[in-house]
Amino acid sequence: MFGLTAINFKPYRALFRIRFTNTLQYRAAAFAGLTTQFAWGFMYILAFAAFYRSNPGSFPMEFSHTVTYIWLQQAFVALFFLWFYDNSIIESVESGSIAYELVRPMDLYSRWFSITAANRVSRTLLRAIPILAIAIFLPRPFRLVLPVELMRYILFFISMALALGVVLSFSMLIYISAFYTINSMGTRIIFGVSADFLSGAYIPLPFFPDTMRFVLELLPFGSMQNMPLLIFSGHVYGVAAFRGIGIQLFWLVTLVIVGRFWMSRALKRVVAQGG
Amino acid sequence: MNLYMKFFLMHLKSQMQYKVSFFFNILGQFLVSFAVFMSLSFLFMLFDDVEGFTYQEVLIGFAVMMLGFSLGEMFGRGFDTFPRILGNGTFDRALVRPRNIIFQVLAGTMDFTRLGRAAQAVVVFVYVIPNSGVDWTLTRVMTLVLMIVCGTLLFFGLFVVYASFSFFTVEGLEFMNIFTDGGREHGRLPFSVYGENVLRFLTYVIPLALVQYYPLLFLLGRETSLLYAFAPVFALLFLIPCFVFFRFGLSRYKSTGS
Repeated sequence: MFGLTAINFKPYRALFRIRFTNTLQYRAAAFAGLTTQFAWGFMYILAFAAFYRSNPGSFPMEFSHTVTYIWLQQAFVALFFLWFYDNSIIESVESGSIAYELVRPMDLYSRWFSITAANRVSRTLLRAIPILAIAIFLPRPFRLVLPVELMRYILFFISMALALGVVLSFSMLIYISAFYTINSMGTRIIFGVSADFLSGAYIPLPFFPDTMRFVLELLPFGSMQNMPLLIFSGHVYGVAAFRGIGIQLFWLVTLVIVGRFWMSRALKRVVAQGG
Repeated sequence: MNLYMKFFLMHLKSQMQYKVSFFFNILGQFLVSFAVFMSLSFLFMLFDDVEGFTYQEVLIGFAVMMLGFSLGEMFGRGFDTFPRILGNGTFDRALVRPRNIIFQVLAGTMDFTRLGRAAQAVVVFVYVIPNSGVDWTLTRVMTLVLMIVCGTLLFFGLFVVYASFSFFTVEGLEFMNIFTDGGREHGRLPFSVYGENVLRFLTYVIPLALVQYYPLLFLLGRETSLLYAFAPVFALLFLIPCFVFFRFGLSRYKSTGS
Protein backbone atom coordinates (compact mmCIF):
# COMPACT_ATOMS: atom_id res chain seq x y z
CA MET A 1 0.00 0.00 0.00
CA PHE A 2 1.21 3.51 -0.88
CA GLY A 3 4.41 2.08 -2.30
CA LEU A 4 6.11 1.81 1.05
CA THR A 5 7.90 -1.41 0.20
CA ALA A 6 9.27 -0.12 -3.08
CA ILE A 7 11.12 2.79 -1.47
CA ASN A 8 14.86 2.95 -1.88
CA PHE A 9 16.07 4.41 1.39
CA LYS A 10 19.49 5.62 0.26
CA PRO A 11 18.62 9.12 -0.98
CA TYR A 12 16.61 9.78 2.18
CA ARG A 13 19.53 8.75 4.32
CA ALA A 14 21.71 11.17 2.35
CA LEU A 15 19.20 13.99 2.85
CA PHE A 16 19.14 13.22 6.55
CA ARG A 17 22.94 13.43 6.71
CA ILE A 18 23.13 16.74 4.84
CA ARG A 19 20.59 18.41 7.10
CA PHE A 20 22.21 16.92 10.15
CA THR A 21 25.72 18.28 9.50
CA ASN A 22 24.18 21.57 8.46
CA THR A 23 22.46 22.12 11.78
CA LEU A 24 25.51 21.06 13.75
CA GLN A 25 27.30 24.14 12.43
CA TYR A 26 25.36 26.47 14.68
CA ARG A 27 27.10 25.73 17.96
CA ALA A 28 26.90 29.22 19.46
CA ALA A 29 23.16 29.25 18.94
CA ALA A 30 22.97 25.88 20.64
CA PHE A 31 24.91 27.16 23.63
CA ALA A 32 22.61 30.16 23.99
CA GLY A 33 19.68 27.80 23.73
CA LEU A 34 21.18 25.73 26.49
CA THR A 35 21.28 28.67 28.91
CA THR A 36 17.69 29.52 28.06
CA GLN A 37 16.57 25.94 28.61
CA PHE A 38 18.22 25.82 32.02
CA ALA A 39 16.68 29.07 33.16
CA TRP A 40 13.24 27.91 32.03
CA GLY A 41 13.66 24.51 33.61
CA PHE A 42 14.56 26.07 36.96
CA MET A 43 11.66 28.51 36.82
CA TYR A 44 9.16 25.75 36.05
CA ILE A 45 10.49 23.60 38.87
CA LEU A 46 10.35 26.54 41.31
CA ALA A 47 6.73 27.20 40.28
CA PHE A 48 5.71 23.56 40.74
CA ALA A 49 7.57 23.51 44.05
CA ALA A 50 5.48 26.45 45.25
CA PHE A 51 2.26 24.61 44.35
CA TYR A 52 3.61 21.49 46.05
CA ARG A 53 4.32 23.42 49.26
CA SER A 54 0.83 24.91 49.30
CA ASN A 55 -0.77 21.45 49.34
CA PRO A 56 1.40 18.33 48.87
CA GLY A 57 -1.71 16.13 49.11
CA SER A 58 -3.29 17.35 45.89
CA PHE A 59 -0.11 17.12 43.86
CA PRO A 60 -0.99 14.47 41.24
CA MET A 61 2.56 13.23 40.60
CA GLU A 62 5.48 12.45 42.84
CA PHE A 63 7.49 15.65 43.01
CA SER A 64 10.70 14.03 41.75
CA HIS A 65 8.74 12.66 38.77
CA THR A 66 7.65 16.17 37.87
CA VAL A 67 11.22 17.46 38.11
CA THR A 68 12.48 14.65 35.87
CA TYR A 69 9.63 15.34 33.43
CA ILE A 70 10.61 19.04 33.22
CA TRP A 71 14.31 18.40 32.60
CA LEU A 72 13.58 15.83 29.90
CA GLN A 73 11.15 18.25 28.34
CA GLN A 74 13.79 20.98 28.27
CA ALA A 75 16.35 18.54 26.87
CA PHE A 76 14.08 17.23 24.13
CA VAL A 77 12.32 20.47 23.28
CA ALA A 78 13.43 20.31 19.64
CA LEU A 79 12.35 16.70 19.35
CA PHE A 80 8.78 16.89 20.61
CA PHE A 81 7.43 20.43 20.35
CA LEU A 82 5.11 20.97 17.42
CA TRP A 83 6.03 24.63 17.01
CA PHE A 84 9.55 23.67 15.96
CA TYR A 85 8.46 23.84 12.36
CA ASP A 86 10.71 23.38 9.39
CA ASN A 87 10.26 26.71 7.69
CA SER A 88 12.13 25.67 4.56
CA ILE A 89 9.31 23.26 3.72
CA ILE A 90 6.60 25.87 4.12
CA GLU A 91 8.65 28.37 2.13
CA SER A 92 9.10 25.90 -0.70
CA VAL A 93 5.34 25.51 -0.96
CA GLU A 94 4.62 29.21 -0.63
CA SER A 95 7.36 30.40 -2.98
CA GLY A 96 6.57 27.78 -5.59
CA SER A 97 10.01 26.16 -5.56
CA ILE A 98 8.13 23.00 -4.62
CA ALA A 99 7.78 22.55 -8.39
CA TYR A 100 11.47 21.56 -8.57
CA GLU A 101 11.01 19.00 -5.88
CA LEU A 102 8.03 17.50 -7.61
CA VAL A 103 10.04 16.67 -10.72
CA ARG A 104 12.67 14.85 -8.68
CA PRO A 105 12.26 11.09 -8.71
CA MET A 106 11.68 11.00 -4.98
CA ASP A 107 8.62 10.47 -2.92
CA LEU A 108 7.76 13.87 -1.42
CA TYR A 109 6.24 12.53 1.80
CA SER A 110 9.35 10.53 2.67
CA ARG A 111 11.54 13.41 1.59
CA TRP A 112 9.89 15.87 3.94
CA PHE A 113 9.70 13.27 6.66
CA SER A 114 13.46 12.63 6.59
CA ILE A 115 14.36 16.32 6.38
CA THR A 116 12.28 17.24 9.41
CA ALA A 117 13.47 14.16 11.30
CA ALA A 118 17.10 15.18 10.69
CA ASN A 119 16.41 18.72 11.77
CA ARG A 120 14.83 17.65 15.02
CA VAL A 121 17.35 14.94 15.89
CA SER A 122 20.42 17.10 15.20
CA ARG A 123 19.12 20.05 17.19
CA THR A 124 18.24 17.74 20.03
CA LEU A 125 21.65 16.08 20.19
CA LEU A 126 23.33 19.45 20.68
CA ARG A 127 21.02 20.36 23.53
CA ALA A 128 19.95 17.18 25.20
CA ILE A 129 23.30 15.72 26.19
CA PRO A 130 24.66 18.74 28.11
CA ILE A 131 21.31 19.41 29.78
CA LEU A 132 20.89 15.83 30.93
CA ALA A 133 24.55 15.59 31.96
CA ILE A 134 24.24 18.61 34.24
CA ALA A 135 20.71 17.93 35.49
CA ILE A 136 21.64 14.56 37.01
CA PHE A 137 24.22 16.24 39.27
CA LEU A 138 22.06 19.08 40.58
CA PRO A 139 21.28 19.23 44.31
CA ARG A 140 18.31 17.25 45.57
CA PRO A 141 15.00 18.88 44.76
CA PHE A 142 16.26 19.94 41.32
CA ARG A 143 17.94 16.69 40.38
CA LEU A 144 16.96 14.61 37.39
CA VAL A 145 16.45 11.15 38.85
CA LEU A 146 17.67 8.38 36.58
CA PRO A 147 15.71 5.11 36.47
CA VAL A 148 17.50 2.10 37.94
CA GLU A 149 15.75 -0.66 35.97
CA LEU A 150 17.08 -1.51 32.52
CA MET A 151 13.53 -2.22 31.36
CA ARG A 152 12.51 1.39 31.83
CA TYR A 153 15.33 2.59 29.58
CA ILE A 154 14.27 0.14 26.88
CA LEU A 155 10.62 1.18 27.10
CA PHE A 156 11.66 4.83 27.13
CA PHE A 157 13.71 4.55 23.94
CA ILE A 158 10.93 2.67 22.13
CA SER A 159 8.37 5.20 23.32
CA MET A 160 10.63 8.14 22.42
CA ALA A 161 11.12 6.89 18.85
CA LEU A 162 7.37 6.37 18.47
CA ALA A 163 6.63 9.80 19.94
CA LEU A 164 8.99 11.40 17.43
CA GLY A 165 7.20 9.49 14.67
CA VAL A 166 3.80 10.69 15.87
CA VAL A 167 5.02 14.30 16.12
CA LEU A 168 6.54 14.12 12.63
CA SER A 169 3.49 12.53 11.00
CA PHE A 170 1.22 15.00 12.76
CA SER A 171 3.28 17.99 11.60
CA MET A 172 3.24 16.53 8.08
CA LEU A 173 -0.50 17.15 8.07
CA ILE A 174 0.18 20.81 8.84
CA TYR A 175 2.79 21.03 6.07
CA ILE A 176 0.37 19.46 3.60
CA SER A 177 -2.29 21.98 4.57
CA ALA A 178 0.10 24.67 3.27
CA PHE A 179 -0.90 23.52 -0.23
CA TYR A 180 -4.39 24.85 0.44
CA THR A 181 -3.58 28.25 1.94
CA ILE A 182 -1.55 31.19 0.73
CA ASN A 183 -0.23 32.25 4.09
CA SER A 184 -0.29 29.41 6.55
CA MET A 185 1.45 31.23 9.41
CA GLY A 186 -1.77 31.60 11.41
CA THR A 187 -2.92 28.01 10.99
CA ARG A 188 0.54 26.81 11.88
CA ILE A 189 0.49 28.70 15.17
CA ILE A 190 -3.07 27.60 15.95
CA PHE A 191 -2.39 23.89 15.41
CA GLY A 192 1.06 24.01 16.95
CA VAL A 193 -0.02 25.69 20.16
CA SER A 194 -3.18 23.62 20.59
CA ALA A 195 -1.38 20.34 20.00
CA ASP A 196 1.49 21.30 22.30
CA PHE A 197 -0.90 22.28 25.06
CA LEU A 198 -2.96 19.09 24.70
CA SER A 199 0.13 16.91 24.70
CA GLY A 200 1.40 18.22 28.01
CA ALA A 201 3.93 20.84 26.94
CA TYR A 202 2.67 23.53 29.33
CA ILE A 203 1.76 21.31 32.27
CA PRO A 204 2.09 17.50 32.30
CA LEU A 205 -1.13 15.62 31.51
CA PRO A 206 -1.52 14.29 35.09
CA PHE A 207 -2.30 17.89 36.10
CA PHE A 208 -5.29 17.99 33.71
CA PRO A 209 -8.84 17.25 34.89
CA ASP A 210 -9.40 13.47 34.91
CA THR A 211 -11.93 13.07 32.09
CA MET A 212 -9.96 15.35 29.81
CA ARG A 213 -6.78 13.45 30.53
CA PHE A 214 -8.49 10.13 29.80
CA VAL A 215 -9.65 11.33 26.38
CA LEU A 216 -6.31 12.97 25.52
CA GLU A 217 -4.44 9.75 26.29
CA LEU A 218 -6.46 7.97 23.62
CA LEU A 219 -5.88 10.75 21.07
CA PRO A 220 -2.57 11.35 19.24
CA PHE A 221 -1.74 14.09 21.77
CA GLY A 222 -1.12 11.61 24.56
CA SER A 223 1.22 9.73 22.24
CA MET A 224 3.61 12.64 21.79
CA GLN A 225 5.95 13.86 24.56
CA ASN A 226 3.59 12.70 27.30
CA MET A 227 4.26 8.95 27.06
CA PRO A 228 8.09 8.76 26.88
CA LEU A 229 8.56 11.44 29.55
CA LEU A 230 6.14 9.79 31.96
CA ILE A 231 7.73 6.40 31.38
CA PHE A 232 11.23 7.73 32.05
CA SER A 233 10.20 9.66 35.15
CA GLY A 234 8.51 6.57 36.55
CA HIS A 235 4.95 7.92 36.68
CA VAL A 236 3.78 5.38 34.10
CA TYR A 237 5.01 1.79 34.48
CA GLY A 238 4.08 -1.85 33.96
CA VAL A 239 0.97 -2.64 31.92
CA ALA A 240 0.12 1.05 31.49
CA ALA A 241 3.46 1.62 29.74
CA PHE A 242 2.84 -1.19 27.27
CA ARG A 243 -0.68 0.04 26.66
CA GLY A 244 0.67 3.56 26.01
CA ILE A 245 3.24 2.25 23.54
CA GLY A 246 0.48 0.31 21.76
CA ILE A 247 -1.58 3.48 21.37
CA GLN A 248 1.51 5.32 20.09
CA LEU A 249 2.08 2.63 17.45
CA PHE A 250 -1.56 2.82 16.38
CA TRP A 251 -1.40 6.61 15.90
CA LEU A 252 1.92 6.51 14.09
CA VAL A 253 0.56 4.07 11.50
CA THR A 254 -2.78 5.89 11.20
CA LEU A 255 -1.26 9.34 10.81
CA VAL A 256 1.25 8.19 8.20
CA ILE A 257 -1.50 6.53 6.14
CA VAL A 258 -3.75 9.59 6.40
CA GLY A 259 -0.87 11.92 5.56
CA ARG A 260 0.22 9.95 2.50
CA PHE A 261 -3.33 9.71 1.25
CA TRP A 262 -3.97 13.43 1.76
CA MET A 263 -0.69 14.39 0.12
CA SER A 264 -1.42 12.37 -3.01
CA ARG A 265 -4.80 14.14 -3.19
CA ALA A 266 -3.20 17.55 -2.64
CA LEU A 267 -0.52 17.01 -5.28
CA LYS A 268 -3.11 16.27 -7.95
CA ARG A 269 -4.45 19.78 -7.69
CA VAL A 270 -1.29 21.62 -6.68
CA VAL A 271 -0.81 25.07 -8.20
CA ALA A 272 2.75 26.33 -8.12
CA GLN A 273 2.87 30.02 -7.31
CA GLY A 274 5.05 32.41 -9.19
CA GLY A 275 7.19 31.92 -12.27
CA MET B 1 4.22 62.25 16.88
CA ASN B 2 2.08 63.24 13.95
CA LEU B 3 4.36 61.31 11.64
CA TYR B 4 4.26 58.32 13.97
CA MET B 5 0.46 58.29 13.75
CA LYS B 6 0.72 58.22 9.97
CA PHE B 7 3.04 55.22 10.12
CA PHE B 8 0.73 53.61 12.66
CA LEU B 9 -2.26 53.89 10.34
CA MET B 10 -0.22 52.81 7.36
CA HIS B 11 0.91 49.59 9.05
CA LEU B 12 -2.58 48.93 10.34
CA LYS B 13 -4.08 49.30 6.89
CA SER B 14 -1.44 47.21 5.16
CA GLN B 15 -1.84 44.37 7.66
CA MET B 16 -5.61 44.49 7.32
CA GLN B 17 -5.33 43.89 3.59
CA TYR B 18 -5.17 40.13 3.98
CA LYS B 19 -8.11 39.87 6.31
CA VAL B 20 -8.34 36.10 6.66
CA SER B 21 -4.65 35.68 7.25
CA PHE B 22 -4.65 38.62 9.69
CA PHE B 23 -7.54 37.07 11.54
CA PHE B 24 -5.87 33.68 11.78
CA ASN B 25 -2.68 35.29 13.02
CA ILE B 26 -4.60 37.13 15.73
CA LEU B 27 -6.40 33.93 16.68
CA GLY B 28 -3.07 32.12 16.83
CA GLN B 29 -1.61 34.75 19.15
CA PHE B 30 -4.74 34.60 21.28
CA LEU B 31 -4.35 30.83 21.64
CA VAL B 32 -0.70 31.17 22.63
CA SER B 33 -1.68 33.08 25.73
CA PHE B 34 -4.92 31.14 26.16
CA ALA B 35 -2.86 27.95 26.57
CA VAL B 36 -0.92 29.59 29.40
CA PHE B 37 -4.18 30.74 30.95
CA MET B 38 -5.71 27.26 30.71
CA SER B 39 -2.71 25.58 32.29
CA LEU B 40 -2.90 28.08 35.13
CA SER B 41 -6.62 27.37 35.54
CA PHE B 42 -6.03 23.60 35.61
CA LEU B 43 -3.42 24.05 38.34
CA PHE B 44 -5.88 26.03 40.43
CA MET B 45 -8.49 23.29 40.05
CA LEU B 46 -6.07 21.16 42.06
CA PHE B 47 -4.74 23.80 44.44
CA ASP B 48 -6.61 26.54 46.29
CA ASP B 49 -3.70 28.94 46.44
CA VAL B 50 0.00 29.29 45.82
CA GLU B 51 2.19 31.02 48.41
CA GLY B 52 -0.89 32.78 49.76
CA PHE B 53 -2.22 34.01 46.42
CA THR B 54 -5.61 32.81 45.20
CA TYR B 55 -6.55 32.13 41.57
CA GLN B 56 -8.10 35.57 41.04
CA GLU B 57 -5.19 37.33 42.69
CA VAL B 58 -2.70 35.48 40.53
CA LEU B 59 -4.70 36.35 37.42
CA ILE B 60 -4.24 40.09 37.99
CA GLY B 61 -0.48 39.68 37.80
CA PHE B 62 -0.81 37.33 34.83
CA ALA B 63 -2.94 39.77 32.84
CA VAL B 64 -0.65 42.72 33.63
CA MET B 65 2.40 40.88 32.34
CA MET B 66 0.59 39.53 29.29
CA LEU B 67 -0.78 42.93 28.33
CA GLY B 68 2.51 44.72 28.99
CA PHE B 69 4.41 42.18 26.93
CA SER B 70 2.05 42.19 23.96
CA LEU B 71 1.84 45.99 23.77
CA GLY B 72 5.59 46.30 24.22
CA GLU B 73 6.13 43.77 21.45
CA MET B 74 3.57 45.34 19.15
CA PHE B 75 5.17 48.78 19.25
CA GLY B 76 8.71 47.54 19.73
CA ARG B 77 8.51 45.02 16.92
CA GLY B 78 11.20 46.96 15.06
CA PHE B 79 13.66 46.16 17.85
CA ASP B 80 12.53 42.56 17.98
CA THR B 81 13.38 42.11 14.30
CA PHE B 82 16.45 44.34 14.56
CA PRO B 83 19.08 41.66 13.77
CA ARG B 84 17.39 41.24 10.40
CA ILE B 85 17.32 45.00 9.75
CA LEU B 86 21.06 45.12 10.48
CA GLY B 87 21.77 42.06 8.40
CA ASN B 88 20.04 43.09 5.21
CA GLY B 89 21.35 46.65 5.13
CA THR B 90 18.03 48.40 5.74
CA PHE B 91 19.59 50.01 8.78
CA ASP B 92 22.17 51.84 6.66
CA ARG B 93 19.39 53.54 4.79
CA ALA B 94 17.88 54.67 8.07
CA LEU B 95 21.22 56.14 9.19
CA VAL B 96 21.43 58.55 6.29
CA ARG B 97 17.95 59.94 6.83
CA PRO B 98 17.63 63.16 8.85
CA ARG B 99 15.39 61.64 11.49
CA ASN B 100 15.92 60.12 14.89
CA ILE B 101 17.16 56.51 14.59
CA ILE B 102 14.99 55.12 17.35
CA PHE B 103 11.97 56.77 15.79
CA GLN B 104 12.74 55.17 12.45
CA VAL B 105 13.17 51.71 13.93
CA LEU B 106 9.91 52.14 15.82
CA ALA B 107 7.97 53.34 12.83
CA GLY B 108 9.51 50.76 10.52
CA THR B 109 7.39 47.82 11.63
CA MET B 110 4.49 47.22 13.93
CA ASP B 111 2.84 43.91 14.46
CA PHE B 112 -0.84 44.15 15.16
CA THR B 113 -1.34 40.41 15.40
CA ARG B 114 -0.01 40.80 18.97
CA LEU B 115 -3.39 42.30 19.75
CA GLY B 116 -4.55 38.68 19.97
CA ARG B 117 -2.50 38.26 23.12
CA ALA B 118 -3.59 41.62 24.43
CA ALA B 119 -7.20 40.50 23.89
CA GLN B 120 -6.62 37.49 26.12
CA ALA B 121 -5.31 39.80 28.83
CA VAL B 122 -8.29 42.11 28.45
CA VAL B 123 -10.72 39.17 28.78
CA VAL B 124 -8.97 38.13 31.98
CA PHE B 125 -9.17 41.69 33.31
CA VAL B 126 -12.90 41.85 32.60
CA TYR B 127 -13.38 38.70 34.64
CA VAL B 128 -10.94 39.44 37.42
CA ILE B 129 -11.45 43.14 38.17
CA PRO B 130 -14.89 42.63 39.76
CA ASN B 131 -14.11 39.13 41.10
CA SER B 132 -10.75 39.56 42.76
CA GLY B 133 -12.11 41.10 45.93
CA VAL B 134 -9.94 44.18 45.41
CA ASP B 135 -11.45 47.35 46.84
CA TRP B 136 -11.03 49.62 43.79
CA THR B 137 -10.17 53.03 45.21
CA LEU B 138 -8.88 55.74 42.92
CA THR B 139 -5.28 55.09 43.98
CA ARG B 140 -5.66 51.40 43.24
CA VAL B 141 -7.08 52.03 39.76
CA MET B 142 -4.16 54.34 39.13
CA THR B 143 -1.73 51.68 40.35
CA LEU B 144 -3.21 49.16 37.93
CA VAL B 145 -2.85 51.61 35.05
CA LEU B 146 0.76 52.30 36.09
CA MET B 147 1.46 48.56 36.19
CA ILE B 148 0.27 48.17 32.62
CA VAL B 149 1.91 51.30 31.20
CA CYS B 150 5.24 50.78 32.94
CA GLY B 151 5.11 47.06 32.16
CA THR B 152 4.75 47.90 28.48
CA LEU B 153 7.68 50.32 28.64
CA LEU B 154 9.81 47.84 30.56
CA PHE B 155 9.29 45.07 28.00
CA PHE B 156 9.94 47.64 25.33
CA GLY B 157 13.26 48.46 27.01
CA LEU B 158 14.15 44.76 27.05
CA PHE B 159 13.55 44.60 23.30
CA VAL B 160 15.90 47.58 22.92
CA VAL B 161 18.59 45.72 24.87
CA TYR B 162 18.01 42.69 22.67
CA ALA B 163 18.45 44.88 19.58
CA SER B 164 21.57 46.50 21.02
CA PHE B 165 23.25 43.12 21.43
CA SER B 166 22.87 42.53 17.72
CA PHE B 167 25.34 45.37 17.07
CA PHE B 168 27.96 43.02 18.48
CA THR B 169 26.76 39.57 17.56
CA VAL B 170 23.92 38.00 15.63
CA GLU B 171 24.50 34.54 17.06
CA GLY B 172 23.21 33.40 20.38
CA LEU B 173 20.73 36.19 20.98
CA GLU B 174 18.31 33.53 22.12
CA PHE B 175 19.44 33.96 25.72
CA MET B 176 17.64 37.32 25.85
CA ASN B 177 14.39 35.34 25.58
CA ILE B 178 14.90 34.42 29.23
CA PHE B 179 13.93 37.99 30.10
CA THR B 180 11.43 38.87 27.36
CA ASP B 181 9.49 35.67 26.72
CA GLY B 182 10.50 34.40 30.13
CA GLY B 183 9.12 37.50 31.84
CA ARG B 184 5.79 36.96 30.13
CA GLU B 185 5.70 33.20 30.65
CA HIS B 186 6.86 33.07 34.26
CA GLY B 187 5.09 36.33 35.12
CA ARG B 188 1.91 34.26 35.13
CA LEU B 189 2.60 33.77 38.84
CA PRO B 190 3.58 36.52 41.30
CA PHE B 191 7.36 36.59 41.26
CA SER B 192 7.67 35.91 45.01
CA VAL B 193 6.57 32.34 44.22
CA TYR B 194 9.97 31.64 42.69
CA GLY B 195 11.81 32.31 45.92
CA GLU B 196 13.92 35.10 47.37
CA ASN B 197 16.85 34.99 44.97
CA VAL B 198 14.72 35.23 41.85
CA LEU B 199 12.67 38.01 43.42
CA ARG B 200 15.79 39.97 44.35
CA PHE B 201 17.13 39.61 40.81
CA LEU B 202 13.83 40.76 39.35
CA THR B 203 13.77 43.73 41.70
CA TYR B 204 17.28 45.14 41.36
CA VAL B 205 18.61 43.85 38.03
CA ILE B 206 15.70 43.38 35.64
CA PRO B 207 12.93 45.15 37.55
CA LEU B 208 9.99 43.04 36.33
CA ALA B 209 8.81 42.51 39.91
CA LEU B 210 8.38 46.28 40.30
CA VAL B 211 5.54 46.26 37.79
CA GLN B 212 3.99 43.00 38.95
CA TYR B 213 4.63 41.70 42.47
CA TYR B 214 5.02 44.85 44.59
CA PRO B 215 2.10 46.87 43.21
CA LEU B 216 0.00 43.69 43.34
CA LEU B 217 0.55 43.63 47.11
CA PHE B 218 -0.76 47.18 47.23
CA LEU B 219 -3.83 46.30 45.13
CA LEU B 220 -4.63 43.43 47.46
CA GLY B 221 -4.30 45.69 50.49
CA ARG B 222 -1.41 43.70 51.97
CA GLU B 223 0.88 46.71 51.78
CA THR B 224 -0.45 50.18 52.36
CA SER B 225 2.70 52.18 51.72
CA LEU B 226 2.40 54.33 48.61
CA LEU B 227 5.92 53.21 47.75
CA TYR B 228 4.35 49.94 46.60
CA ALA B 229 1.70 51.76 44.59
CA PHE B 230 4.32 53.72 42.69
CA ALA B 231 6.86 50.92 42.37
CA PRO B 232 6.17 50.66 38.60
CA VAL B 233 7.48 54.19 38.11
CA PHE B 234 10.85 53.20 39.57
CA ALA B 235 11.05 50.40 37.04
CA LEU B 236 11.32 53.07 34.35
CA LEU B 237 14.86 53.85 35.60
CA PHE B 238 15.76 50.65 33.80
CA LEU B 239 15.10 52.36 30.48
CA ILE B 240 18.12 54.64 30.96
CA PRO B 241 20.77 51.92 30.72
CA CYS B 242 18.76 50.36 27.89
CA PHE B 243 19.06 53.43 25.72
CA VAL B 244 22.64 54.15 26.79
CA PHE B 245 23.51 50.62 25.72
CA PHE B 246 21.76 51.15 22.41
CA ARG B 247 23.70 54.40 21.82
CA PHE B 248 26.92 52.63 22.73
CA GLY B 249 26.17 49.86 20.26
CA LEU B 250 25.27 52.38 17.63
CA SER B 251 28.60 54.17 18.06
CA ARG B 252 30.38 50.87 17.45
CA TYR B 253 28.27 50.00 14.45
CA LYS B 254 30.02 48.85 11.32
CA SER B 255 27.91 48.24 8.27
CA THR B 256 27.92 44.81 6.69
CA GLY B 257 28.41 46.63 3.44
CA SER B 258 25.55 45.06 1.56
